[in-house]
Amino acid sequence: MQTLWFLSSRLAKGILVVLAIVVLDFFLIHLAPGDPAAVMAGESGATDEIFLQQLRVKFGLDKPLLTQLGLYLWGVVRLDLGYSYRQQMPVFDLVMDRLPATLILTGAAFVFSLVIGVAMGAWAAANKGRPLDRLITTVSLIFYATPLFWMALMSVLVFSVWLDWLPGFGFEEVGGHENFLERVLDVSRHLVLPAVTLGLFFTAVYVRMTRSSMIETARMDFVKTARAKGLTERVILRRHVLRNAVLPVVTLAGLQAGQMVGGAVMTETVFAWPGIGRLMYEALLQRDYNLLLGVFLVSAAMVVVFNILTDWVYRLVDPRIEVAV
Amino acid sequence: MTGFWSRFRRRRLAMIGLIVVALVVALAVAAPYLYPQSPWKMVQRPFLPPFANAMVPLGTDTLGRNVASGLAHGAQVSLLIGIVSTLVALAVGVPIGAIAGYFGGLVDDLLMRFTEFFQTVPSFALAIVLVAIFQPSLVSVVVAIGVVGWPPVARLVRGEVLAQRRREYVEAAILAGQSHFTIITRQILPNVVSPIVVLASLMVATAILLESSLSFLGLGDPSVMSWGYMIGAARTVVRQAWWLSFFPGVAILITVLAINLVGEGLAEALDPRSSRDHH
Repeated sequence: MQTLWFLSSRLAKGILVVLAIVVLDFFLIHLAPGDPAAVMAGESGATDEIFLQQLRVKFGLDKPLLTQLGLYLWGVVRLDLGYSYRQQMPVFDLVMDRLPATLILTGAAFVFSLVIGVAMGAWAAANKGRPLDRLITTVSLIFYATPLFWMALMSVLVFSVWLDWLPGFGFEEVGGHENFLERVLDVSRHLVLPAVTLGLFFTAVYVRMTRSSMIETARMDFVKTARAKGLTERVILRRHVLRNAVLPVVTLAGLQAGQMVGGAVMTETVFAWPGIGRLMYEALLQRDYNLLLGVFLVSAAMVVVFNILTDWVYRLVDPRIEVAV
Repeated sequence: MTGFWSRFRRRRLAMIGLIVVALVVALAVAAPYLYPQSPWKMVQRPFLPPFANAMVPLGTDTLGRNVASGLAHGAQVSLLIGIVSTLVALAVGVPIGAIAGYFGGLVDDLLMRFTEFFQTVPSFALAIVLVAIFQPSLVSVVVAIGVVGWPPVARLVRGEVLAQRRREYVEAAILAGQSHFTIITRQILPNVVSPIVVLASLMVATAILLESSLSFLGLGDPSVMSWGYMIGAARTVVRQAWWLSFFPGVAILITVLAINLVGEGLAEALDPRSSRDHH
């Protein structure tokens, strides 16, 4: 019951955020220099007077601003994000088409960065002040400062072009697979480079966070108690320190979901990964602003959903919250 | 202040970072003298590899432009956008955070919901949308980076102001009849400058990364040479000419790393309590 109440209140808040983003989208179209119809049509429609006229009628661009906002919202509620003239498809369908690839990529990158990040951070903290700690800290500092798109390009160059270990382009080989398993393997091979490059920046963030959180937790009284009980340092670190230190990292990881979307734009662009990030880049190239705003809206909604899930997981992991409520 | 400098100087990494930042600044300032010609100008045959010709030490790009000259001129844009967009983020974030923390209650609630909203929205995607719709230019890039960068500033300032609000000197100022504006700007803010400076220095690094990402996607000011643009333009020929994307990337990496090191050094030097963690 508590969980249901919690989820519904968070959901209501999430819907408000998404609505606010729709309103933001709407005002962006109107704040942009030039005719809003031309903005929505992108460069494609700029010469097509009939299409512009259709847009004006559809969104009531000759009516008062509030009516227009109403029409725009009504469209979004019915999952009508407009039509992409360039791609000859409704925006919503285009985005849904590309969404699975992005979920696979960001999901893999998320798991990779969280597992490696927490492990490395814990390892560094356990060896605080020693050369190993300094090595891990320095490497994560470097990854933290590396532009994602550059790391992506360089990894294509090294691991795909020079060493020829892994494919650096696309989602899977063209031209059928024998069976489902073979397809999964093929996609996985294509997934390695993009997921690792996207994940490394976040790995660096989690390493630093886990390390400092572990060091902080190790100073707490319950750790002294555990030590007084005569537990070995290994057991103390694993069972007591890491468990408590990981909570803030999980929270942070959830909040990074939005950053992940931005990273996906860069990664998918370089690796020709057919997700919504790549779609955003295509929309940019073709000045298809309506598609651009559509992708933005869907990715923001995705982040909201993900944040709610993180909150929920946090409640599951942290026993204290259950007691407090 | 002398205490601060002696603490900062003792951190080797922070000092290395400071020296590198100084070198990048020097490069940016010297660019017009080192390479008086426009970095867009063709100077040699295209695709000249690096270290082959002393005039173009880092080679030439697809159109025969000097990569070294591009790097020098690109340093100007990176630093300029990094600093100005951070100032924009401060100009938005500090007042919002200060007002929320000082007045509390409903004002605080409203402003913090507003801030949370901007923290939820995927920031890089928002920056892309802003620059694309308002057309790429130095101004739109700076504004976009500022718009996505201010929420952490607001949250930090709010927290600090909230803590100061309960102190006696603020009550004394209220009793003395000072206006809220005077109390916030003259009494409270000077006391919370340190954490803001630390955050701002780290934000310059983030802003440089953001700017390079936008330019890479073709959303930079089309009339200004930038590191991100150089990598973006060389993306399709990375197999034939690795140096075209390699050198600008190293330039971004080194600059951002150096600024982060300075930022961390500042954090430790400005907060003497934190120095315990490192011994």
